[in-house]
Order: sequence, then C-alpha cells, then structure tokens
Amino acid sequence: MQPGTMVMTFAAFCLPFLGAAAAPALTRLLGHRAAWPLALFPAAIFLHFAGFLPEVGRGEVVTGGFAWVPSYNVSFSWLIDGLSLAFLLLISGIGTLIVLYSGGYLKDHPHQGRFFAFILMFMGAMLGLVASDSFLMLFVFWELTSITSFLLIGFDHAREAARRAALQALIVTGGGGLLLLAGLLVLWNVTGVTQLSLLLAFGAEVRASPFYLAILLLMLGGAFTKSAQFPFHFWLPNAMEAPTPVSAYLHSATMVKAGVYLLMRLNPVLGGTTPWETILPAFGGLTLLVGAVLAIRQTDLKLMLAYTTVASLGLLVMLTGLGSEHAVAAAALYLVAHSLFKGALFMVAGIVDHETGTRHITGLGGLGRAMPITFAAAVLAALSMGGLPPFFGFLAKEEVYAALEGDSLRSVAFTLAAVAGNALMFAVAFAVALKPFLGARVETPKAPHEGPLLLWLGPLVLAACGLAAGLFSAAVHPLLSSPLASAMAGAPTTVDIGPVPHASLALLLSAVTIALGVAVFVALDRARAAADRLVADIGWGPDRGFDQVISGLVRLGHRLARWLQPGLMEVYLTVTFVVVALALLVPLAWYDEWPRPPLWPADAQFHELAVMALALIGVGGVLTASNRLNSILALGIQGFSVALLFLLFGAPDLAFTQFMVETLSVVILTLVMTRLRLQPRDARPLAQKLPDAAIAIACGLGFSLYLLRVTQSRFDPVLTDFFNLYSKAIAHGANVVNVIIVDFRGTDTLGEIAVVMITGLAILSLIRIRKSTTAPAGSAAEGKPAMRPAVNVGKEKQR
Amino acid sequence: MNTVIFRTLAPFLTALMLLFSLFVLLRGHNEPGGGFIGGLIAASALAIYGIARGIRPVRHALWFHPMTIAATGLFLACLAGLVSMVAAVPFMTGLWIYPSLFGVEIPLSTVMLFDFGVYLVVVGAITSIALALEREDF
Repeated sequence: MQPGTMVMTFAAFCLPFLGAAAAPALTRLLGHRAAWPLALFPAAIFLHFAGFLPEVGRGEVVTGGFAWVPSYNVSFSWLIDGLSLAFLLLISGIGTLIVLYSGGYLKDHPHQGRFFAFILMFMGAMLGLVASDSFLMLFVFWELTSITSFLLIGFDHAREAARRAALQALIVTGGGGLLLLAGLLVLWNVTGVTQLSLLLAFGAEVRASPFYLAILLLMLGGAFTKSAQFPFHFWLPNAMEAPTPVSAYLHSATMVKAGVYLLMRLNPVLGGTTPWETILPAFGGLTLLVGAVLAIRQTDLKLMLAYTTVASLGLLVMLTGLGSEHAVAAAALYLVAHSLFKGALFMVAGIVDHETGTRHITGLGGLGRAMPITFAAAVLAALSMGGLPPFFGFLAKEEVYAALEGDSLRSVAFTLAAVAGNALMFAVAFAVALKPFLGARVETPKAPHEGPLLLWLGPLVLAACGLAAGLFSAAVHPLLSSPLASAMAGAPTTVDIGPVPHASLALLLSAVTIALGVAVFVALDRARAAADRLVADIGWGPDRGFDQVISGLVRLGHRLARWLQPGLMEVYLTVTFVVVALALLVPLAWYDEWPRPPLWPADAQFHELAVMALALIGVGGVLTASNRLNSILALGIQGFSVALLFLLFGAPDLAFTQFMVETLSVVILTLVMTRLRLQPRDARPLAQKLPDAAIAIACGLGFSLYLLRVTQSRFDPVLTDFFNLYSKAIAHGANVVNVIIVDFRGTDTLGEIAVVMITGLAILSLIRIRKSTTAPAGSAAEGKPAMRPAVNVGKEKQR
Repeated sequence: MNTVIFRTLAPFLTALMLLFSLFVLLRGHNEPGGGFIGGLIAASALAIYGIARGIRPVRHALWFHPMTIAATGLFLACLAGLVSMVAAVPFMTGLWIYPSLFGVEIPLSTVMLFDFGVYLVVVGAITSIALALEREDF
C-alpha cells in the first residue's frame, strides 16, 4: 500500500470520530440541517473505500497500519479484503443515508446533536471492527460498538423501557465480547499470531488443536450474542426502544451483523469441521424459525421487522455453517441484500410512525395516496425481501436454495426450515409494505402527509440499490459478491447468478415460498393469533429468563455484601488482625522456619539497655494505663524509644521519621478519641478481652518471630552495594535513603504519595459523613443522647 | 494545655519548625532529611499551632485548603516525572541543571521538585485529617 493511501485510510477510520466531535456544535449552529454537512463524513469514507473495489475485485488484499505498542507486539493494522470491503461500504454507505434520515427524524429534538455524535461514534467503531487485522483492535472495536449501541438504545433515557433495553443489550453483547476476548487469547496461545491475516495460514493447526472446541465455543459465544441468535435473540427486539434510525442502522444493517462477520471471517480457519457444521446450522435454522414465527405475532411495524432481522441473521449463520461453495455465495448475497432492504423497510416504518403518530399495523391503512414516495420505497424493499425477480433479494434466495439442494435428511430438513422461514418473512415484508398504505383510510393520531426529503431519501435510495444490484448483477458480482464469497471461503470463488429465472429446483422452491407467503399474508390475522397462542402456551421466554438471572445476581450480591460487610468495626478489626497473625505464623510453621533464639548481646552498652527498658516501660504503661489517654501517651513513649534505638544504630533518617510519626500519631489518636467521644476507660468485659488479647499477642509474636527469622538469614548485599556505589555517581546525592526514595525508586514513591493523598481524602469524607449525619455538636451533647450514645471503641458501628 | 505561655510561644515555635522543615527537606539529598520527614515536621508544626490557637487561625494562615496543598504536591511530583518526556528519556529520570546565581552555582533538579511534591502531599494530607478531626463547633 502506498504511504499516501495508507494515511488516507487511517484518516478514514478517524473521520467518524472527528464528525462525532463536531456534531453537537454543528447542530447548535444549523439545527437539523446539520445532517447535510455531517453526512459528508460517511460519504467521504464511502468514496475512499469504493476506490479499493477494483483492487480487491482482482483478489488482492489491502493491508496497512503501524505498530501501536511494539513491546507487546500490538499493532493498529487493517485488513481489507472482499469481506471487509463489503462491510465497509455498507456501513459508510448506509451510514450516509442514516445521518440524513436522522436529520429529518429527530428534527427539533433537544438532543439531536448528541444523537449525531453517538451515531457517528458507532460508525467509527463498526468500521474499525470489520477492518481490524489485529486481535486487540478487533476486540476493542467490538466492545466499542456494544457501548455506542448502549448509548443509542438508551438515547431516550427518560423512559424506563429504553433504559432496560439499553442495559440488556449491553450486558448480552458486552458479555459476549468477553467470550470473544477469551477465544482470541486461546487462539493467540495456540498459534502465536495476533493478526487475522496471519491466522489464515494456521487453519489446519487450529482445527487439529485440542483447544479447538474451546476456541469454537468462545467465538460462537461472542458471535451468537452479537448477532442475536437463539437463545440470545431477545435483546434485539427490545432494542427497538431506540429511535428508528438506530434500529435501521445498528439493529438491522450493521452491528448485529458483526457476529456474522466474525463467523465469516473465521470460516476458513475454524470452519469445515463436524462441530462447526452441526452447531452453526442448527442454531441458525432454529433462530430462523423462531424469529419468523415471532415476527408474525407482532403488530408493531418495528417489532415485526426486528424479529425478521433475527430470522435473517439465523439464515446467515446457517449458511455460514453449511460452508459449501453455494452456501458461501448465498450468505454473501443475502448479507448485502438484507442490509439494503431491511434498512429501507425500517426507515419506512419510521416515516409512517413519524408522520401518523402510530406504527401499529392494525391502526394504519390507506396511506398510499398521502405518502406516495414512502409507499414506493416500501414496495421496492419488500419485493427484494420477498425475493422476487429481478431484485437482489431474489438472487440471494435462489442461491440459498441452490446451496441447500441435496437428498440427505439434513438437506431436506434445512430446506424445509428455509422455505418456512422465507415464506413467513415474505408475509411480514408485504404486511409492512402494503397494509399501512392500501385499503380504507384509518384515522391516525396525526394527519398523514409525505415526509420531507431528508426522510424519504434514505429508504428510496436503499430500495433502488436493491433493484439496481439485481438488474446489473453482472457488474456487481465481480466487484462485490465474488470477492466477498472468496474471503469467506478462503479460496477464490465466483458468484455468477443472474436476475433472469431459469428452471431449476431452486426456482420451484422459490415459487413454493412465494405461494406460502401469499397464503400467510392473506390470512395474517389468523396466523398472528396462532403464533400468539403458541407463545402463550410456552409461557416462559429468554427475555424473562434474563430478568430472572439479573435479579438473582442482585440478590446474591446483596447477600454476599451483607455477609462480607456486616458494618461492625469489631468484626473488621478482628478479621484483619487474625489474618495478619495467620499470614505471619502459618508460613513459619508450614516450612518449619522458626528463628533460632536470639543471643544476648555481650557488648550491650548501658545507654542502649536503658532505652530498651524505656520501651518496655512504655508497653507496660499501655497495658496498665487506667484510661485511654494515658495508654496513647504510653504507646508514644514506646515509639520514641524505638526511634532512639534506630538513631543509636545508625539509621538517622528512619529515626527522624519515626519521631515525627509517633508525635503525630499521639496527636491524631487523641483527637480521634475526643472526636468520637469515646469513653475514657476501656470497658470491655473479660470474655471479650481474652480473645482480643490472644489475637494481639499472636500478631505481636508473629511479627517478632518473622523479623528475627529475616535478620537471621544470609544478607545479600548486592542492592546495598549498588546503591552505595551509584547514589553519588548517578543521582548526585550522598543520602542513599533519600536518593532511593526520590530517584531510584521514584515511581514507587509517586504511587505512595498518591495513596497518602487518597487516604487523606477518604478520611476527610468519612469525617464529613459523620458530621452531616450527627446533629449539630452543641445539641447532640445534651439534647439527643439516645441518637449518639457514647460508644465503646470496640463496638463502634460503622455506618 | 492552653496556657498563656504556650499560646504566646506557639506561633514562633510553628514558624521555626516550618523553617526547619524546609531546611530538612532541602538538605535531604545529602544528609538525613527529605520530603517525607520535612512534611511530617511541618504537619506537626501546624498541629501545635492548631492546639494552641484553634482551627480557624490555622485554616486562615494556610490560605489554601490543606487538600489543595496535597493535590498540588501530587501534581508537582507527576510533573517532575513528566519533564523527562520532553528530554526524551524514560519517565522519572532525574534531570539536573546548574544555574549560577550571584556567582554561586545552585544545583536544581527534577528530583528536588519531586521531593517538594512529596513534602506538600504529606503536609496537606496529614494537616487536613488533623484539622478535620478537631472539633469545629466554635
């Protein structure tokens, strides 16, 4: 790749984020007309990537990038082959139309600028996802699409349903992302490569690896949650709480296909094995049927479309799993066709909703005269979705049936599933495209009229693309379909199906599908009632299961927190010190590393003995003091004596610090005592004192023995020598202790002072909480003894 | 504790101790001392002032909230580490300059700035705890 192109490509990946940054200001300036300048961002990206079409069409792979974290072998690199390019063009092309559509759809919305920013951010994430070569980038962008989808679904955050749907989508797809990460890590471990382009060479090795099944299941976990496969399909219909541009863009054309993208990308590496060819078609086929049946049941236009999206994703997964040459070609064609017609139909549903105030199919009718352009777009899209010639959807469906041809039981079963699913989707497509527009006029909340240019432009262009791509398939295939299928198959594949029907089994199946579809369409109300009954009979669904899991988790969390955090200071202190004592004593006992009894120093000087005696007197004072203040002071005496010992044995820095710490401890402990209004005397009963004393003695003993043991082991002077040697020479300081603190180990110190600072803040806020929850000090002293009785330090309850 | 002698002497004692804390801070690189110790001395100096005169005068004399002082310290310490980025050497590398002032060569370094940051963090954090603990109901 030439350097200029590389910079341009990198710029194309950054452009959506720049657009997102500019969107709020532009919208404040121009209102909803900001959609026009903002649409230039994705349009420019589309044009840039369209420039790769001839190159990729010749079977070349465009790669580029730069080292990101070279020390960890992490690169920011992209891989643009037929698969990536098709996705890149769909994302940026549909993205352009969606930005325009959002301009009209959210006109005068107070947060339209924010919406533009979110949708452009999503676009950036999605472009990055499909173009990523490095595993890390793939994962980062994958999660970024989950996060931006969360923001977009919850855009209308004042409604509880939107918040729930947003959270649900985030948990399901984000959780799947973690599985993906785990899968990528295992792949990395097995192959040693962190780039998709290099991974292709390791296909056989991966498939033979004992970890193959683990990799496959982890990857499927990521892909199935993202692409809403049964039983994770429930988040997608709930995500329809989002504004319609989001449904059209994220939840039909792009994001939900990320899982399918992943499967297609990994097909040459993981595909072709028995588990792959069993799990994928089984779950895909099941999802197809479940989605189609649930779609029939809905009356809300958006929900009908959402469930057919689930069904279509199931079909794509099924085809990817079958893996034959026709299946790969069918998946490629259907992927593109679906993005075009489903995006258009969603936008149509949005226009109907926007202009009439309702999107319930039972409350709509006869809009065709008032909204002719929308009607035209709807019909064009539905013809493609229904798979009628010469639309692109027809090509896809013919190829699907060609792929399923065969006389094994397996082929027959999948053919039946595909026919049933397609027929139901056919019925839904025409229900959405015809019912609101034909028949007698039904009164709607708003008087219907054609939407503005910004609204109908998107669906019309997409639907027309579906027609054009079918008509000129001879030109489209070499540029788009064949490279896409080749990348999926991992070998050159040619797609050559044309829009002219010719007699074959596939055509017969198509005819059956259409006949069935028409039958369901005619009897839609009865079919809906039947589907409704079926779902009501089952009763429980994964959506409710999700709620049960979440509430179970919350309950478990509550119970755990209550168990671990009883709120009793006494318990915390006891646990802490017992653990300290065990941590010190158990290893000594376990490894039988008890210290030798220390020898009495023969050359102990009188003043040294005096200081030690002073320390002992301090300790004795602590134990025998009649009130708490005295024992704090006695503790101070002990501390000062130890500091004196440090001074005598040549550690002036340590002694110095110890002096100051002891002084401040006495001051602060005294303050704490007065502040907490503790009883001056320790009033613990003997039954409590004895275990407390035992713990204290165990801790003290542990520290003493441990220190003795440590000082008795052989001292390795390598660090001492190093610091003595270099302190002056390198760090220009004679005080080795200080040089270590501020220079050699400066980063440690930086962390430590950050801890000091954070501790200070924490203590400060704890004191503040006390202050605000207790009554003003003056009145508390005598006014409300019941509220804040003088408490024993051991019993002090933390709140 | 609040004798007249103590209350009269406390400001002088505090001033002396603060001065001493700075001395300890600056000599720390070559002789016993440094930011931690200096900070602790300064914190005790302020504590003495607080015990003698009450909280309000201490807060007044400090001018800034002690946490602000601590945060400034942390900022300076980070800054001392980041200067090395400009010089294209690893984070936290000590850098020295020797400007000459009135004919006397004064060694200045990022290490010193860092130690000063440590000093401020210790003073600020401990003083803010001590001040918050003293009753403010007067």
